Amino acid sequence: MKCRRCAETAVVQLRSHNSAFCKPCFLLFFRRAVERAIDRDRMFTRDDHVLVAVSGGKDSLALWDVLHDLGYRTEGLYLGLGIGDYSAESERKAMRFALSRGLKLRVLALGEEAGSFTISEATSTTRRPPCSACGTFKRHYFDQAAAAGGFDVLATGHNLDDEAARLLGNVLHWQLAYLAKQQPVLTPTHPRFVRKVRPLYRTSELESATYAFLRGIDYVVEECPNSHGATQLVYKDLMNRLEQRMPGSKLMFVTDFLKHGHPLFADATAHPDLGECATCGMPAAGERCGYCRLVSEIERRRAQAVTYSRA
Amino acid sequence: MSLAGRRRVGDIVRTLGIVAGTVLVIRGEDLLTDDQFVEDDESIEVRAVISGGLR
Repeated sequence: MKCRRCAETAVVQLRSHNSAFCKPCFLLFFRRAVERAIDRDRMFTRDDHVLVAVSGGKDSLALWDVLHDLGYRTEGLYLGLGIGDYSAESERKAMRFALSRGLKLRVLALGEEAGSFTISEATSTTRRPPCSACGTFKRHYFDQAAAAGGFDVLATGHNLDDEAARLLGNVLHWQLAYLAKQQPVLTPTHPRFVRKVRPLYRTSELESATYAFLRGIDYVVEECPNSHGATQLVYKDLMNRLEQRMPGSKLMFVTDFLKHGHPLFADATAHPDLGECATCGMPAAGERCGYCRLVSEIERRRAQAVTYSRA
Repeated sequence: MSLAGRRRVGDIVRTLGIVAGTVLVIRGEDLLTDDQFVEDDESIEVRAVISGGLR
């Protein structure tokens, strides 16, 4: 197989683009794709200070690598979720990446300011799915760190496959409020929020994994042990089977939704006026934010468990 | 697992029941495309690219 640009031997075939690339041409293709997404959706400029949420996985480290390479002002943020060896390995890889490129990485640990707890404890005490509790924690810590650090933008490594799976789930259940919020750029709705962007929303997992491998990025290959059985993986599998039969389906699904579908849902739900959480001061639709409600639920159930064991 | 004989990468992926475009096929420091061959005595890594859960 030959590279579409230079006719050297290809190292990757991208059926969705009806193309194949050699290493240098693929790296150029990937960087250009990310830069085009940033420019097209006016995500940020080189004057902005960008906080990149990194997990130690291929997408977030590939994103940070590209942004650094393109000359954007970035810092990384790693949140330790306390998921045993998986979290320890993720943190090591994120730190090693930052160190090797002379980049600043902020490291936070879950439950530091609220009393120590883990995703496992949050899941078992509140009976929420692990990914739901994890999402609530991440949003809180990322929002808080971005605001406290004076960043202009928070960038995450969500890729095309994430967006297509999320869109499929939102359409299957006609989640109007979620469809209204499914965009690569979220404009802040409160002074303590910063703009949230997803520069990889048009690039597939295959592309980010290929980029990470070719750049020699040592990322966590193992999946989060809590993700087994996650609904999003079912949606991804369905989308991948469709993509196999009809290459380009994922990209068309997401980009056509943004172009033709999203405007129909944008005003489908009322935007509540956000106040400030009575506990942590972050934006909240009610008296307390989702994070603080979850933490107090964990603490209440923990206290109940102690009471029962004493009885 | 081991498969006998010289085989094309695309055939190996299909034999393993893997959906196209969801793995990297790695030989040493190199990525392989579907049309390349793996010899009988060679080892390759088939690495999934799918991340799960919610990010």
